[in-house]
Formats: sequence, structure tokens, C-alpha cells
Amino acid sequence: MKHVKTLVAGVALLAGMSTAAQAASTLESVKAAGKLKCGVNSGLAGFAAPNDQGVWAGLDVDLCKAIAAAVLGDANKVEYKPSNAEQRFPLLQSGEVDVLARNTTWSLSRDTQLGFDFRAVNYYDGQGFMVRKDLGITSAKELKGATVCVQEGTTTEKNLGDFDKANNLGTQPVKFKESEQARAAYDEGRCDSYTTDASGLAAERTGLKAPGEHVILPEIISKEPLGPAVRAGDSQWLDIITWVHYAMLVAEEKGITSANVDEVKAKNAEGAEGADAEVQRLLGITDKMGESLGLSRDWAYNVVKQVGNYGESFERNIGKDTPLALERGLNALWTQGGLQYAPPVR
Amino acid sequence: MAEISAGRSRGRRTSIAWWRDERTRGIIWQIVVVAVLCLGVWFIIANMVDNLRRLGIPLGFDFLNAPAGFAISFSIIPTDLNSSIGRVILAGMINTLLASAICIALATILGVIVGICRLSKNYLISRLATAYVETLRNIPLLVQLLFWYVAILQLFPNVRQAINVFDLMFMSNRGVNIPRPIPEEDFGIVLVALAVGIALAIGIASWAHRRQMATGQQFPKGRVGLGLIVGLPLIASLALGNPVSWQVPELTGFNFQGGLVLQPELTALVLGMTAYTASFIAEIVRGGILAVSHGQTEAAYALGLKPGTTLRLVIIPQSLRIIVPPMTSQYLNIVKNTTLAGAIAYPDLFSIVGTSLNQTGRPVENIAIMMVFFLVISILISLFMNWYNRRIALVER
Ligand SMILES: N[C@@H](CCC(=O)N[C@@H](CS)C(=O)NCC(=O)O)C(=O)O
Repeated sequence: MKHVKTLVAGVALLAGMSTAAQAASTLESVKAAGKLKCGVNSGLAGFAAPNDQGVWAGLDVDLCKAIAAAVLGDANKVEYKPSNAEQRFPLLQSGEVDVLARNTTWSLSRDTQLGFDFRAVNYYDGQGFMVRKDLGITSAKELKGATVCVQEGTTTEKNLGDFDKANNLGTQPVKFKESEQARAAYDEGRCDSYTTDASGLAAERTGLKAPGEHVILPEIISKEPLGPAVRAGDSQWLDIITWVHYAMLVAEEKGITSANVDEVKAKNAEGAEGADAEVQRLLGITDKMGESLGLSRDWAYNVVKQVGNYGESFERNIGKDTPLALERGLNALWTQGGLQYAPPVR
Repeated sequence: MAEISAGRSRGRRTSIAWWRDERTRGIIWQIVVVAVLCLGVWFIIANMVDNLRRLGIPLGFDFLNAPAGFAISFSIIPTDLNSSIGRVILAGMINTLLASAICIALATILGVIVGICRLSKNYLISRLATAYVETLRNIPLLVQLLFWYVAILQLFPNVRQAINVFDLMFMSNRGVNIPRPIPEEDFGIVLVALAVGIALAIGIASWAHRRQMATGQQFPKGRVGLGLIVGLPLIASLALGNPVSWQVPELTGFNFQGGLVLQPELTALVLGMTAYTASFIAEIVRGGILAVSHGQTEAAYALGLKPGTTLRLVIIPQSLRIIVPPMTSQYLNIVKNTTLAGAIAYPDLFSIVGTSLNQTGRPVENIAIMMVFFLVISILISLFMNWYNRRIALVER
């Protein structure tokens, strides 16, 4: 009988614990754990991939680091949880990760049906097609009856369907669970074309046998705003994730970089002549913006100091001097004709 | 038994309290275990429903009627971009069953051959069979699938340089394209001839069996039966002037159009899974044959049976009793292993459910559909194999 009592008590405890654990806010549980569990791509050059020293690097990885810097004061307190396209959503739904920064498109159905929230967009993208140069085609509309390699579990699959229907193409998709196999099959000639986000194409092209023999066609057939996703219903956590990205944008706008942030901070000390009030608020010199987010006063300082501003992160991971060689384009600041626009820090 | 022990506990040993009684305690423990199990399952389900509600995720199967909006590369039933999700999932089920059925048939044949070869007195043959088994069963299936897929993609040329066999068959790394038969009006008569041929063959076989039982005379039922099954429809077809036309594949645009195509994904899946499972089946077959006492062979020889006949009529029927039960689990493994097919882009149920799950945002329902499907298929295979096992069980006289 004693065993039975222990058992019943155990079950009750378990039930109690799991409800309690879920009741805690994400911010509290991240602080308690002392590390951020960040869902990233299992390997997409420039966005999230282990570099030659085996250290995670990329635009999405930088966002993970920036969040850790803001919340925990240390950009290295991140536990990366790589996943393929299909596994990523259950990972976030089940609480395996605190935030999903995995080139994930913000769409209405994901925002609602999957039980997620999106707000920040760290890369404005669109879907494109890559073909072999020797096919001699110049437009995606010429892909009539072509075989197209696709990765499963992406928005890509359905966009291809829509584009196909609109242009009456009758393409034959060949769908792979992992992008690695999709790329290899395309490389071997199983498919005439490989389709995914244009940034993804640029990244995947670097992994082909002869990258120079392939071109990315000019058509962009969809809008793919890629941004971090969190579980719905925790607005404080959503605010934090969003404002970490905005802090990186404002820093770029104000010309604050990881190299000069200390200098800027000194120059804008309280009461200093010619100080920029927004910079003062951002870096926690005046006001307590951090505290209203539930963070420390120097949250944004930590982000810029340890990770850098958005432009730095862009150029370091996917910009002109990287193998991906992507233009800022839509991702330029709004002051330079792009879409990257942060609300005021006020 | 029950009455006796109950009587004992109540009668002779009344001094023992009821909670010390083995039987009562046994029952109590079983009730407790079942209750905890139910509680656990209830807790998990309630927790899930609660979590889903909190995240605002609805539950229900209405999404199956919505148009899928994504195409699949291979399907037996016609599907297109406007097909419902339910229909595309059904196509996935059929694809899984198709691949499983082909693999079960081929792996059984290959496994039996390799298993018998391992017991061969010919040194080379038995060593080769051993090497086969030891290599293939020790390499993970996923690795083998990827190997076959890449091998096919690399060995065969691009579509534009497809290997041309008499302008009828074309082989490339997009698949093997063959002409498609298109039945014309009178084709029904050929089918009737085929049915008659099969019926006659069965009739003759049972007649021959009865005659052999009664008189001991043998009849070449196999050859005659085959002749009827092939011959009758052939004669009918010739008489009607071949009521079938052929649609020959042709390279237009990016791909071959028309005709039938065997895609590299299915080929790689069948090759990989057959080769892998056959290595396990070979061991089962070898074990089954070895388990039949050598005295049986000697007795059969003493009666003057030839080695082939001995194997077929004496050894195999007895070893089947040992072979069939473990064979069931190999067949179940084949069905379950088809879920690896998504790695090489074969649209099996698991990979289509993966897409559907992502497009509809209904993980629970999609996974439930898949679980029920695999459960039903597995139970059906088990039931069939158990029935077959009972049928071949040694009848003791
Ligand atoms: N933005 C799209 C596509 C995201 C996606 O998974 N893209 C692929 C191709 S660029 C990828 O990252 N694959 C890498 C991997 O799965 O390892 C979405 O959210 O569905």
C-alpha cells in the first residue's frame, strides 16, 4: 500500500510540476536556465551553420546571440537546436526552444493556426528558381513541364503550386526531407531547377560542384518575410525578441557599431553637450527602457557591444564580401530605400 | 484451480489477513497498474488538449477536404494541384503499400535464395552469401538508400543523353521510360481469355492432385497450367489482331512525355530495402533449415527421394514452421521502414503527411491518421501470417 501512495503522490507531483513549469513566462524560464534555447537551421550558409571551427555563425545565429546578450548579458549563453524545415514547428510548439530563428516565413496561417507570434523581420526575401546555365532559359515562366527539386515542409512547396497554376506550367516537383539531398539531386541532374528562398538559393549555390554553371532566374514569385517566431500568448517575450532586432536597426541608423559603442556611450553621457536623446535612451544612459521590457538597463548596449548592429551582422554573414554576396536590397534601412524600419525608442 | 485456492485461503488458512493473500494482492496490483496507466494516458491527453487550446490551435478533420495546393511526384490514383488533402494523403498510403508489397515479395525471394546459398556445399557460393549477409545487415538502411539513390543518379546519363533502346525504352537519371499499353475496344475479350486460362489451370491442378493421391500417377500440372494462362490470352489477342496500341515516350521540352516511367526514387527504395531485408530473411531461412533434423534428410534419401524433392517436400515444409513467425516481423519492418523514403524523395505516406502537417498546421490529426494507418496495416499482416502459420503447423496424427 505504501508503494501505491508513493505512486499517486508522484503522479500528482508530476501533474503539478508540469502545469507550474508552463505557467512561468519564457523570460523567467530563460533567466532561470541561464541560457537561451534557440532553434536554428541545421545548415544554411550565411544564416545558420557551424563555421570551420565548428562554431555556429550566421544572420539568424547573430539574432540568437543578440537575444542572449540582451536577456542574460552574455551572447555566448545560447544553446543551438538545429532542425530541418519540417521539424522546426513542433520544436517551438512543444517548448524545446524559446525562440525559432530559422529563416522562417511569417505567414497568416503560421501566425494563427500554428499558435505562433511573429513581428520582427530580420530578412525580407522571396522565392526564386535556380537552373543550369546551359539550359538556356532566362525566365521561370519557361519552365513548362520541368522537374523541380523542392524541400519538404516549406512555404516553397505551395508557392510552386500557386505559380504553376497561375502560369499553367505543369511542373513536376521532387520533394526531399533535407535540403542537402535536394541540392545533391539537383546537382546530379535529377531536376531542371531548384527552388527556394532567393537567399537560400545563393547559400545552396555555394555548395554545388560548379557554382558558376548555375544562374538564379530573375522572377521572385513570392514574399518571404523571414523572422523569429515565438509561442503565442507571451507578449512580453514577443516584445523582447522584436526590440532586440529593432535595437540592432536603430544602432545602425545612429552609426553605433560594436567597435565604437563605448565611445558613443561616453560621448552621450547624461547631460553631455549635443547628446542624442534617442541614443541615450537606447543605451540606457537616461530612462529605463530596458526595465519596461523586463531586462537590464544596458540590454541594447550588450547587444551592440557583443554582436554588433544589423548592418555589421549582414555584411559579416551574407554581404558583398561573403560567398553569398547578397545586396542589401529590401534589407537596407528605410533611410536608404529599404524596408528595415524600427519604431522609435521612446 | 481458482476455487481450490480461494477455498484454501478462506478455509484452512483463515488466520492470514486478506491483504496478505497472494491472489488478492495480485488482483489489487493489476487494478492499480491499469488505473495508473489510464490516469497517465488521460493526463497526457488532457494536457495536450489544454496546451493546444491555450495556443489557439483547433482540433478536427475538416482540413482533409481543403484543396492541397501542392503536387506530388508519383501517384497511382490521379492527383493534381486541386485535389483535396485527403486524396493526396490517400495517394501517399497507396504509395507506401505499393513500395511495401514490392519489397516484401522481392526480399522474400532474394532472402530464401541467399539463405539456401549459405548452406551450399560449394565453397564460393556459401562464402559469397555469407559476405552478402554480413555486409548488408550491418549498414544502416538510410545509408543504403542514399547510396542506391546517388548511384542511380550518377550512373545514368542526363535526360538529354538518355540511353535509347530501339526508340522504345529510354533510360536516364530521371527514370526508365517505357511504352504505355492503351487497350482498345476488344481488349476485354483478351482479359476474359486470361481469366478462363487461370480457372482451367486451377481446375487441372486440383484434378492432378486428387489423381496422384488416388493412383500415385503424376501429371505435369505446372507446365500445362502456365501454358494455359499465357497461351489462351495470346491466341485471343492474335485472333482479334492485337487490340492494344502503344504510346511511346518522347522527349519534348524538359522531360519525356507519354509512356510509363519508373522513377529513380522508387527504384532506389526497392533496391535498398530489398537488399537490406533479404539479409535478415536469409538468416531466418538458414536457421529454419538447420533446425530440421538431419535424420529427416537421410530418411528421405533412404526412401529414394531426389535431393530437390527432399528439400521441397520434406525439409521446407518442416522448416516453414520455424521460419514464418520471425518472417512476420521482417514484413512489419519493411512497412515501417518505408518512412525513410522521404530522404530520397519518394512520396510515401510519412513524407506527404509531413507536408500536410506543415501546410495545415494540424500536427495531432495528421500524425493520428498515420498512426492508425500503420497500426491497421501491421495488424492485418500479423493476422495473415498467424493464419498462415496455423495452416502450415505440423498436423499431428
Ligand atoms: N522561408 C521558407 C523556407 C525555409 C527553409 O527551410 N528553407 C530551406 C531551403 S533555403 C532550408 O533552410 N533548408 C536547410 C535545411 O533544412 O537544412 C519557410 O519558412 O518555409
